[in-house]
Amino acid sequence: MQTLIKNGRVIDPANQIDGSFDILISDGKIEAVEPQGKLTGSKIKNLPIIDAKDCVVAPGFCDMHVHFREPGHEYKETIETGSASAAAGGFSTVAVMPNTSPVNDNCSVTELIFSQAKKTSLVNIFPIGAISKGLKGETLSDMGELKEAGCIAYSDDGRPVMDSELMRRAFEYSRMFGLPCIQHSEILDLTRDGCMNEGIVSTELGLKGMPVEAEDIMVFRDISLLQKTGGRLHVAHISSGGAVDLVRQAKAKGLPVTCEVAPHHFTLTEEACRKYDTNSKMSPPLRTHEDIELIKEGLRDGTIDIIATDHAPHDLADKQVEFSKACFGIVGLETALPLTLKLVDEEVINLQKAVDLLTHQPCRIFNLDKGTLGVGKDADIVIFNPKTKYTIEPAKFKSRSKNSPYKGWKVRGKICYTLVAGKTVYSS
Amino acid sequence: MPLSTKNILGIKELTKQDIQQILDTADSLKEISTRDIKKVPTLRGKTIINLFFEPSTRTRTSFEIAGKRMSADVINISGSTSSTVKGENLIDTARNLEAMSPDILVVRHNCSGAPELLAQYVGCPIINAGDGSHEHPSQALLDLLTIRDHKGYLEGLTVAIVGDISHSRVARSNIRAMQTMGMKVRVVGPPPLIPFGLESLGVEVSHNLSEAIKDVDVVMVLRIQLERQKQGLLSSLREYSNYFCLTSETLAQARDDILIIHPGPVNRGVEIALDVMESPRSLILNQVTNGVAIRMALFYLLLGENNANPN
Repeated sequence: MQTLIKNGRVIDPANQIDGSFDILISDGKIEAVEPQGKLTGSKIKNLPIIDAKDCVVAPGFCDMHVHFREPGHEYKETIETGSASAAAGGFSTVAVMPNTSPVNDNCSVTELIFSQAKKTSLVNIFPIGAISKGLKGETLSDMGELKEAGCIAYSDDGRPVMDSELMRRAFEYSRMFGLPCIQHSEILDLTRDGCMNEGIVSTELGLKGMPVEAEDIMVFRDISLLQKTGGRLHVAHISSGGAVDLVRQAKAKGLPVTCEVAPHHFTLTEEACRKYDTNSKMSPPLRTHEDIELIKEGLRDGTIDIIATDHAPHDLADKQVEFSKACFGIVGLETALPLTLKLVDEEVINLQKAVDLLTHQPCRIFNLDKGTLGVGKDADIVIFNPKTKYTIEPAKFKSRSKNSPYKGWKVRGKICYTLVAGKTVYSS
Repeated sequence: MPLSTKNILGIKELTKQDIQQILDTADSLKEISTRDIKKVPTLRGKTIINLFFEPSTRTRTSFEIAGKRMSADVINISGSTSSTVKGENLIDTARNLEAMSPDILVVRHNCSGAPELLAQYVGCPIINAGDGSHEHPSQALLDLLTIRDHKGYLEGLTVAIVGDISHSRVARSNIRAMQTMGMKVRVVGPPPLIPFGLESLGVEVSHNLSEAIKDVDVVMVLRIQLERQKQGLLSSLREYSNYFCLTSETLAQARDDILIIHPGPVNRGVEIALDVMESPRSLILNQVTNGVAIRMALFYLLLGENNANPN
């Protein structure tokens, strides 16, 4: 089974390729990447062809931070619907967070996720195991068992590991397995009952704020611990300008720290919470213009390693309520590309870098053999037209949930095809 | 002239003209409450539902009396008797009530923004009777009416609001209302009870009561809640009182014609001394009387203006 992708601009940061290339796919693998028109002869006659004229052809995007809610909260999302959402957003690989019910803190849950993925998923699913049993922050999970079952990192995401001693031991113990610890950085003592960024808007709305220092202090704590313990820290969804600076300093010292940013944290501010729009309620909360500027600086100078969506689908019943009672988070996968391309429009980063942040870099950090168009690799490919303009309509999302603050946004950058192991899992 | 808004969700949505009109209408309706037979037929056949998710005596009663004096049918539903304790959500409750065709929904809720949420799903006008720490518009309006009664005007006056500004919907509504009417607002309280960034709203912040009230026309004292001590925002009520209780001694440095108001209920001796509360400068009971007039005016302007005469 072969396919030829023709006439596209291939951007493959892992192999430092950017130019007009054709790609031949054979039995789910990349067979050849050759300059346009160079693939000739009987070998490619009568093959199914995907014409990628005016399009970028890149490795399928990799999102290292999604919540697919299965097992336990299937009314919000399942591995099946989440994977359809991923495919529609150009993602061929996702890493699913362990805050399911039951929590992915042991191999039987990991195995269940893999078996469900095998049955229903359109994209590659990599589970992330819990740092602590039940995400309770009390005792370490069996990190070795989780790794052997196939987990690619550890995290209590959604709940920060508050106990500093436990975090220290998590860094130490995880070293044995070579996997990073992903922290949702938030000092809960400072954010109790909080539901949006603490600032002028929370003051006006009379809502309990979550001060930015809650994030900074946690990032500082983890970086401090890391110097002694070893291990690897990956800071999830960085939203604070101060935290970006802490990561920058840590990197300058050569510490094994990486971080990700979610598109909502560089496209929206706390202002979006006016009118008590629960679709603008996230954790960490939407911050200020100054934070966005510092995040963009972090993207420019490489402090921020990757873009991850923190895809957090919620049913209407969890969002159509009083602001302080609503769940945190938004559907992220299907708006990631156009929001990332805004950074290109604003000349924060170029298109190659944008693709890099969504493909090669996440796979480098999490040590996945993905995010590349190298010959012999799995043919996980996204084809998108960066110029196509359209209006975001959450009602049309493939995700089971529709919670998005981007309804009605006019954006550009549309996914045309997503391929996983050579098979088309999405086409527009 | 109709108000510029269909709902009274907050002072934020009201223009200066709206506020003026509400105050003027309330003025003209006050007289009804002094009659022997305190009832006019203005809102006969109209149904008003008071939907209160938080305990309230004064505000709920005030809305109830206001409706009844205008001959509306007023129904009270409290949080504990409503279906919300059975797990029904706010929107379902409101939609069910709306299916019974009320003409106005008066809502008190402990979550900021709850009335705005309701307004998206309910067709009839909504009056916010206090939501979380957000707004309490009818309270601010009655405060303005009380001040105007005694000063004759509002523009240019200076007011000090004393107490727990962070958690006060009364403070937020009053800051907006007073600024809209051209008044100057200063807030006074310990730093943990002053919310972030208030200065950028054009509000002066002070932590010294006697200094802060020296030159003001009005001092508004807010109720302080013991609960704040558990949250670590207060050391003790005793120490709070030492610095922020309005006493004759602190007042000695203020102007002779200073007006004292308090939205109630009062913690006697904690935020305000007993003798101050009962002094002729205290307008606490005038506020309560004016509350009925303001709420009558709101009902009238939202419902009755087109088909009835206020008298």
